Amino acid sequence: MNLTLKVWRQKNAQAAGKFVTYKAENISPDMSFLEMLDVVNESLTHKGDEPINFDHDCREGICGMCSLYINGHPHGPKRGITTCQLHMRTFHDGETITIEPWRASAFPIVKDLAVDRSAFDRIQQAGGYVSVNTGGVPDGNAIAIPKVIADEAFNSATCIGCGACVAACKNASAMLFVSAKVTQLGLLPQGQPERYRRAQSMVAQMDEEGFGNCTNTGACEAECPKEIKLTNIARMNSDFLSAKLFRQEEIHEEQHGG
Amino acid sequence: MSLDAKIPQGPLAEKWSKHKFNLKLVNPANKRKYDIIIVGTGLAGASAAASLAELGYNVKSFCFQDSPRRAHSIAAQGGINAAKNYQNDGDSVYRLFYDTIKGGDYRAREGNVYRLAEVSVNIIDQCVAQGVPFAREYGGLLDNRSFGGSQVSRTFYARGQTGQQLLLGAYSALNRQIHAGKVKMYTRTEMLDVVVVDGHAKGIVTRNMLTGEIETHAGHAVLLCTGGYSNVFYLSTNAIGSNVTAAWRAHKRGAFFGNPCYTQIHPTCIPVTGDHQSKLTLMSESLRNDGRVWAPKTVELAEQLRKGTLKADQIKEDDRDYFLERKYPAFGNLVPRDVASRNAKEMVEDGRGVGGSGFAVFLDFADAIKRLGEETVKAKYGNLFDMYIQITDENPYKQPMRIYPAVHYTMGGLWVDYNLMTTIPGLYALGECNFSDHGANRLGASALMQGLSDGYFVIPYTLGDYLANIGPKKVDTNHPAFEQTQKDVIEHVNKLLALKGTKTVNEYHRDLGHIMWEYCGMARTEEGLKKAKGLIQALKADFWKNAIVTGENEEVNASLERAGRIADFIELGELMVDDALMREESCGGHFRVESQTPDGEAKRDDENFAFVAAWEFKGENQPEVLNKEPLVFESVHLSQRNYA
Repeated sequence: MNLTLKVWRQKNAQAAGKFVTYKAENISPDMSFLEMLDVVNESLTHKGDEPINFDHDCREGICGMCSLYINGHPHGPKRGITTCQLHMRTFHDGETITIEPWRASAFPIVKDLAVDRSAFDRIQQAGGYVSVNTGGVPDGNAIAIPKVIADEAFNSATCIGCGACVAACKNASAMLFVSAKVTQLGLLPQGQPERYRRAQSMVAQMDEEGFGNCTNTGACEAECPKEIKLTNIARMNSDFLSAKLFRQEEIHEEQHGG
Repeated sequence: MSLDAKIPQGPLAEKWSKHKFNLKLVNPANKRKYDIIIVGTGLAGASAAASLAELGYNVKSFCFQDSPRRAHSIAAQGGINAAKNYQNDGDSVYRLFYDTIKGGDYRAREGNVYRLAEVSVNIIDQCVAQGVPFAREYGGLLDNRSFGGSQVSRTFYARGQTGQQLLLGAYSALNRQIHAGKVKMYTRTEMLDVVVVDGHAKGIVTRNMLTGEIETHAGHAVLLCTGGYSNVFYLSTNAIGSNVTAAWRAHKRGAFFGNPCYTQIHPTCIPVTGDHQSKLTLMSESLRNDGRVWAPKTVELAEQLRKGTLKADQIKEDDRDYFLERKYPAFGNLVPRDVASRNAKEMVEDGRGVGGSGFAVFLDFADAIKRLGEETVKAKYGNLFDMYIQITDENPYKQPMRIYPAVHYTMGGLWVDYNLMTTIPGLYALGECNFSDHGANRLGASALMQGLSDGYFVIPYTLGDYLANIGPKKVDTNHPAFEQTQKDVIEHVNKLLALKGTKTVNEYHRDLGHIMWEYCGMARTEEGLKKAKGLIQALKADFWKNAIVTGENEEVNASLERAGRIADFIELGELMVDDALMREESCGGHFRVESQTPDGEAKRDDENFAFVAAWEFKGENQPEVLNKEPLVFESVHLSQRNYA
């Protein structure tokens, strides 16, 4: 296959960026999308040009490091997969493919197609855990958890933190990402003691990072490579509202040294 | 140098408890006077960072990815072993210990392996308390599955993504400590050297991958939790970024490298389609429960299959060779990983390989579908079949899967004593980065167990002993060793950036991979290894003349990052070849063609090779020196493995 690529190139967060057109030639339909970019980068390197910078690591759809907005879709046109799982047979010979980074002010550009997603880490640090130390915990079978609850918690826990939900959202909202963790721990008995406090803390950090609000469009759910459901957001809103009405804790004072 | 593994005296079952009591403690108020550097945030690194910070130490944690959650532990599929005996099927700490020692072909330490089995039960409790959503039964209790190399069900799992769930558990514990201010996290930061002051590890030199800044960090101890080196083979199931650099640079500063040639080659991976391929994808071991492995009986049929003039389902039953069932009637398709891999390779060498490239055999589910129905097969393996369809565009419900072995894990690593300390005092290695617990072959679902055991339950005890001995005196970064090491790193970076030749770093990596796979892969011969050594030395010389490295240091520069890692892989490759050449026996994943039984199975030589090989760096382009740590077996009887 021979393809034309329109790729966003930007030296760093401060520099201005622009689309640059490249030819991708002799591409095998068996290649993954990232392997196609590898081929382009090899030929750029041979010419002494700087290769296109993009984030990637496991190349099997689980680490969440790869991103890319491909022809207007996060992780490309196919549902339920990441960019590294996308294969070139999805495209046809002669096609022009537009490749952009995630676009959200909370995800500043690092270089070319790579963005800074450390805001996601800071949201997790604000409360995405059960406060237990190593050692001194009860036996793994001390608390029975109904299979349906465990399975539902697992579904939320499969989030890979790639940021496609933010990239897909017209408001650049991170609600699907945040609610997946709030839901996972909120469903399990181990997560109950901090359930409402967790929802408050994580939402507060999310707001501080500059993510937009949710208007229930559902683009995040449609584009999520792990097919995390919109119902997670409903659960988080419910916990957050309960906290507001009945159980509010002074998380801000604590966080900001009050 | 004589190696002291510091394995405690006394009966096997009491070694760890006695040792814990004998270790010195650091009192709670003094712990905050110590700074600990931890490199890597996979299962070992994240669990160690969280646990040590909870105890009160100040931790600095480093990873090269954009977030600690991306570490390659995340990709582990199958599960984690623990001797809980929840199934009432006869499991015990001793049985897990025994299976692991035997599975490792009697090339691991009894003391270490017993401790691993002992703390395995605590790991499950810890993960459940963190909110890890393990698979459960309808009664609400934890579910188990069976895995290779054992006759009990002791593997805990979270669908096909157990590594992800365990890592996110450890990541959450780490996040809690970052929030509490006890861990300072450095992402997109690559460790490039260890600083050794008066013989003790006192810090590291890193490169900020965003700005290029070469920085020094000081601490009372340094923990390397940087994973394995499968990517020396270019193609492996490891993530693209997985590399040996941290461990290798430590090795060159004085940490011995243990058993570098012990690598695990997993039999069921999706085959290579062409030279463009960047990595391989594993298909879980569990598939061999229902899939039958076969190749066509004749070369002629194989040729027709390769050309595509014949399809697998057109091959008559009589023309198929179910070679594992034929050769190993007792174990059939469920022989251990090393045996299954070697047999697939033999088929290919025999000219009976299938698929476009000829480097594959079939894994056929037709009988299972006939026996159980497509729905049942789908319920058991659906996600794996989907993954296969995604990558190959073939339907394994209609046509057999094509599979071929791929490098998956490295049992070798930095030599450590019972306390997980390397031969540099104050420098520790945890998880896949060390060599210690799996001998010459790792059993399925044991890697996750070891990573978390080291991080949650071993290092919090053993590290305190060292720290109590050295005292809390602040580490002085003004010591000339810091400046000198930083200078060395800058020089190395500049040397790489000056390479403006004609061949890309990726091309060198691929060449190295071809050499390693051909001569130091599934079967190794004296002749081949000697040839490989020459080829690697030539490749190294050529790399430093003709490689192309683009860009500058003061920016994001993937070309530079990669060049540094490949240069280290080339050097490691040579040491692996030396180690494989020295070890004239076959054991576990290390198969020397000269040492086999009349049936063609791996033949150990306990009289001459029951030792750990610990290699000592003696300077650039100097031969490394072999140190031997004898393996002493007090509890188990050594026997030759037999699966026929």
